[in-house]
Amino acid sequence: MSALTAVLAQATTPPDGTTAIETPEIVWSAVMPIVVLVVGAVLILTFASLLKGKVRPEGYAFATIAIAVAAMATAVPLWNQIQDPAEGPFTAIAGAIGVDGFSVFLTFVICGSVILAALLASDYLREEGQPAAEVYALLLFSAAGGVIMASADDLIVMFMGLETLSLPVYVLAATQARRQSSREAGMKYFVLGAFSSAFFLYGVALIYGATGSTNLADISTFLSENVLLENGLLLAGLGFLLVGFGFKISAVPFHQWTPDVYQGSPSPIVAYMAGGVKAAGFAGLLRVFYLGFDAYGTDWQPLIYALAVASLLGGAILALVQTDVKRMLAYSSINHAGFILVGVEANSAFGVQAVLFYLASYAAIVAGSFGVISVVGRATGGRHDLSAYRGLSKSNPGLALAFTVFLLAQAGVPFTSGFFAKFEVLAAAVDASSYWLALVAMISAVISAFLYLRIVATMYVAGEEGEEVDPLLAGSDTAVIERTKVKVGAASALAIGIALFITIEAGLLPWTFTDLAADAVPVLIAG
Amino acid sequence: MSEFLRSYLTVAIFAGAAIGMVALMLGAGSLLRPTRPQPEKYLTYESGVDPVGQGWAQSHIRYYVYALLFVLFDVEAVFIFPWATRLEVYGVFGLVEMLIFIVILALGLLYAWRKGVLKWT
Repeated sequence: MSALTAVLAQATTPPDGTTAIETPEIVWSAVMPIVVLVVGAVLILTFASLLKGKVRPEGYAFATIAIAVAAMATAVPLWNQIQDPAEGPFTAIAGAIGVDGFSVFLTFVICGSVILAALLASDYLREEGQPAAEVYALLLFSAAGGVIMASADDLIVMFMGLETLSLPVYVLAATQARRQSSREAGMKYFVLGAFSSAFFLYGVALIYGATGSTNLADISTFLSENVLLENGLLLAGLGFLLVGFGFKISAVPFHQWTPDVYQGSPSPIVAYMAGGVKAAGFAGLLRVFYLGFDAYGTDWQPLIYALAVASLLGGAILALVQTDVKRMLAYSSINHAGFILVGVEANSAFGVQAVLFYLASYAAIVAGSFGVISVVGRATGGRHDLSAYRGLSKSNPGLALAFTVFLLAQAGVPFTSGFFAKFEVLAAAVDASSYWLALVAMISAVISAFLYLRIVATMYVAGEEGEEVDPLLAGSDTAVIERTKVKVGAASALAIGIALFITIEAGLLPWTFTDLAADAVPVLIAG
Repeated sequence: MSEFLRSYLTVAIFAGAAIGMVALMLGAGSLLRPTRPQPEKYLTYESGVDPVGQGWAQSHIRYYVYALLFVLFDVEAVFIFPWATRLEVYGVFGLVEMLIFIVILALGLLYAWRKGVLKWT
């Protein structure tokens, strides 16, 4: 043993004339959620390859949920430490990672989204008879990337998080390799995603050229102390970064991939894409723009304003002409991205709080919605058009009721979390004197309410065969399918139940979540 | 024009000169050379042998897994060699970092092996 230490000591002592490179100190507790997610994913892959089919697929779903819960558990002491006035938020690994209420809150949102998606995927993969371990490992890898994005204090680290988040999701979109639409979704998502990553990286390069740093704290200090005579380079860089984030959060005009990918990908994966991936995208957007470039608010706020208006109206109006429920909800997720951008545009602490509440409640709503879609879609052999939902209230009253609650929550009906989510972003916009934006948001909410009510009405009204059906409600396909009772797996039922509980709980007692969101303030601390 | 943009002027002039040079040489060549077309001259040149079959030949999908594994370990080598020459200056930190990197790659290889990727049949 002593010989080994001697060798180690000799090997690690710099010879004369050279100086040791200063290596960053790693605060392990700060990066523990990320480490747990990544190590968990690697272990799942390793055990899956060693045990080859000796483990039931449900075992991997259980392991994934356990790992996500463990990651949340390691984030709890961080949250307490940050809320303790004596300690407060801090930065780790030479200023690359910032640990504040914002990053811990989003860690919870992303891990929660993984748990719900894993529950849904458990039933889905068993019935499709697909290999399971890889799907869960990729989910965890992607979640680790999302957590990195939520806590990145450096543009390079942010890019690393963005890629770690995205690459597994491209593969996940194509997991149903036997179906051509799934392969197409994976390919489309990959090509456009890689394209947007290139935009992002170019933006980072331009901003480095303009400010001399990739660290957000350094950039913020530099911009508050210096006035750039020529800020074209910086503005171009900001624009490129916005394009990169715009793809991830699917804001109009960077939304074209969304309907195709949501339609082609397996529904449990879409639940994660619309919940976890979107939350991570907005986390990165807020960290870079709200924290790093607060001095340039007057320059980037109009851009966000335009994106928000385009997403609000584009998402709501294009959703109306769809006949496929998955496509409808894809466009509605674009509409929701517009709402969240309204909160970002406010560029205030209140706006950030509203965005966080919106992201948390939307992650639950969308997981529940796609949970129902996943269950119904399997019963109809992968058909997702509106007619597949006819008379669902007769065969599965519980499922129809749950879907109704999720859709009403998306429409922003009171006593659901969706109401307070929309209320808060609008309040933030009015607070920031963006009255016209708030007005556009309300109009788009009315337009998209028609979409949600159309699905609800299809489930409840158009049940009987031969019954006179309102052509508006019927969808394009007039063929009435045999309505048999849809079988709901235990794990799916649990996931839908959890999502339902969160949606109603946050609607009745919103302060349980808004208080948390109010404490989740992002801060920049120089490394 | 700002100092910053003016430094790009050099690039523009250089690009213009390069394009002009190529245009000049190819243009002069096409004006001066004799043109006597024969069908043989338009065949694809393959070491003097007449080409056979289609250019869009398929290669077996198996190769792609090997290519992936090769890239993986190629990248590993790219990282390990510079690191090994300067191990002392990185200290224990560098040693641990590289160990983590190699362990993750080794687990990847284990996964590929158990998946039967390394068998050719």
